[in-house]
Amino acid sequence: MKSIFIKIAAVATLACTVAAGSAYAADYPKNKPREQSWSFAGPLGKFDKGQLQRGLKVYTEVCAACHSLNLLSYRNLADLGYTEDQIKNYAAEYEVEDGPDDDGEMFERPARPADRFKGPYANDKEAASANNGALPPDFSLLAKARAPERGFPTFIFDIFTMYAENGPDYIYSLLTGYKEPPEGTEVGEGLHYNPYFIAGDALAMGNPLSDELVEYTDGSPMTVDQYAKDISAFMAWAADPQLEERKQRGFIVILFLLVFAGLLYFTKKKVWSDISH
Amino acid sequence: MSGHSTYNPTSGFGKWMDARLPIARLMHDSFVSYPVPRNLNAFYTFGGILMIMLVSQIITGVVIAMHYVPDANTAFESVHLLRRDVSYGGTLQSWHAVGASMFFFAVYIHIFRGLYYGSYKAPREILWILGVVIFLLMMATAFMGYVLPWGQMSFWGAQVITGFFSAIPLVGETVREYLLGGYSVGNATLNRFFSLHYLLPFMIAGIVILHVWALHVTGQTNPTGVEVKSKQDVIPFTPYATVKDALALVVFMIIMAYFTFYLPDYLGHADNYIPANSNVTPAHIVPEWYFLPFYAILRAIDFNIGIPFTEIVLIDSKLGGVLAMFGSIAILFFVPWLDTSSVRSSNYRPTYKVFFWLFVVNSIFLGYLGSRPAAGIWIPLMKGSTFLYFAHFLLVMPLLGWLEKPLPRPASITDAVLGKEGKETAAAPAAAE
Repeated sequence: MKSIFIKIAAVATLACTVAAGSAYAADYPKNKPREQSWSFAGPLGKFDKGQLQRGLKVYTEVCAACHSLNLLSYRNLADLGYTEDQIKNYAAEYEVEDGPDDDGEMFERPARPADRFKGPYANDKEAASANNGALPPDFSLLAKARAPERGFPTFIFDIFTMYAENGPDYIYSLLTGYKEPPEGTEVGEGLHYNPYFIAGDALAMGNPLSDELVEYTDGSPMTVDQYAKDISAFMAWAADPQLEERKQRGFIVILFLLVFAGLLYFTKKKVWSDISH
Repeated sequence: MSGHSTYNPTSGFGKWMDARLPIARLMHDSFVSYPVPRNLNAFYTFGGILMIMLVSQIITGVVIAMHYVPDANTAFESVHLLRRDVSYGGTLQSWHAVGASMFFFAVYIHIFRGLYYGSYKAPREILWILGVVIFLLMMATAFMGYVLPWGQMSFWGAQVITGFFSAIPLVGETVREYLLGGYSVGNATLNRFFSLHYLLPFMIAGIVILHVWALHVTGQTNPTGVEVKSKQDVIPFTPYATVKDALALVVFMIIMAYFTFYLPDYLGHADNYIPANSNVTPAHIVPEWYFLPFYAILRAIDFNIGIPFTEIVLIDSKLGGVLAMFGSIAILFFVPWLDTSSVRSSNYRPTYKVFFWLFVVNSIFLGYLGSRPAAGIWIPLMKGSTFLYFAHFLLVMPLLGWLEKPLPRPASITDAVLGKEGKETAAAPAAAE
């Protein structure tokens, strides 16, 4: 009976996971994302606020030229450790449309913390038209929306290693992965070769980063590698601002359930002690 | 197991109520004094777990519906604002989404347990059929629920699944248009799916009541497959089964909490974090993991069936795939009559036991195939695996009943228990009769 139980348990775990982790067999990306060590990984992971602030700087000065951040408001920047005044000042750099006023006119005013991040384009059509027809994706959920297949049996181990940083690993690898196409690879007009790209050999976005591009004031290295890490962490936060709260909550819930299960186990043992079964 | 009620109200109000609406008596008879076989193992706890999962899904779902906006332009955003800006919204949404997966995880164990121990055999055919109806309703509910966040996989999943109905000869396209509320997946589809996703769980709850009713009439099976013969064989539901089910439930919830809090996206698909876009087709459209075996069966039929040596096609590959897929579920309805063996439990059927485990492994492999593209080596594998799936029901079950020589079974549950425990005295406390 015991052995059957173990068998079924093993089979059931497999059933749940085989199907779950394996999205599809794809030829892309050519290279698997390079796994980085992130401060927000693991059961008690936390964002590195300094890193998120640097990431915001990279976003503001580089990425925001093309990529929107529609689901976030300026007030969310409080998570990064900014004060209310700092957020007000940051928001006030942007002009947003408001109205209609009492005369029925729409008007422009400086953005406030409650406003959503102002995107670089009025709408998707304009964004695509300004970028050779390729729409730069919104950043709000991008770190969750890109998950190259892990393959068997890695996706089973992922359950136990709690690997959920597929998105930031992918973004980091892509940003540091631009290079000359190998011999014999044709790259289309206006495309840029990158073996880490999820949907082909090359993508429309050119290499956006270069050393010394963004000024860091905290002494962090001003390298492509560091920029890529910081923006990936920032995007992981943007996609999942509740991550820290979620993991702490989970820790408490599971701790409680473990203790509860222990108590129930001994209760069950006591109740059943006079029954052969 | 319906016997005399032992409910004995002591308070004045209890007696007054019992003479008018004996609901406390019903509860007492169903969940306190109800006799269960003393030898039930851990796999018999999943019925209780499933009941709690249904309640959990309904409660989280009702609260999510307070924040959700069923409109093609705002549905996606409303889900993400719930996750970001509502207190406990992220936990609530993950609990509901992971909960759907855990619901299926539990129901599959429950179904396999029923198949292993022959829980579908007389006199439990209706009990089994009601279970299959619940399974079908669950699939419909889960599919429509997956459409609601209106991500890429939601949208294209709806496109593919509703496309099945267009395979029906003559009226297919019309049926599909009624389902969609238009010529393609759009706002009308989203609205009706939302409405139905809210309705179906309550229909499931209704059938669950019938399922439990039928169970309480016939009584539970047990690992020996021998029916209850005496008071010695049973113990009262409370406290014995209650405390055991509670322990199993809490262990189950630990797994669920692990996914909800630490791997909330593991069981889903990354493409559903991209808003639905009718102009961009995802590279590979795959359903949720719990539908993958059926998706593999659907795609295994890539050939037309016609009259040999002529050009006449009777069933084209599309209809064939859809028939095979629905057939793979519909065949479950006939299991009580396909299995010709008079022995319930596979513990006493050495050959069938091997085939049972082959069937389990094959079902999981079908799930894996469902996640592969329909190309190359995967297509013959899908065909072979689909053949094995149907062969289990149509060949193994009827034939083994005749061919197999079962092992000797214990005379009673108590005998089986005592045999295992040695010769110690095992007096079961009388199930309050």
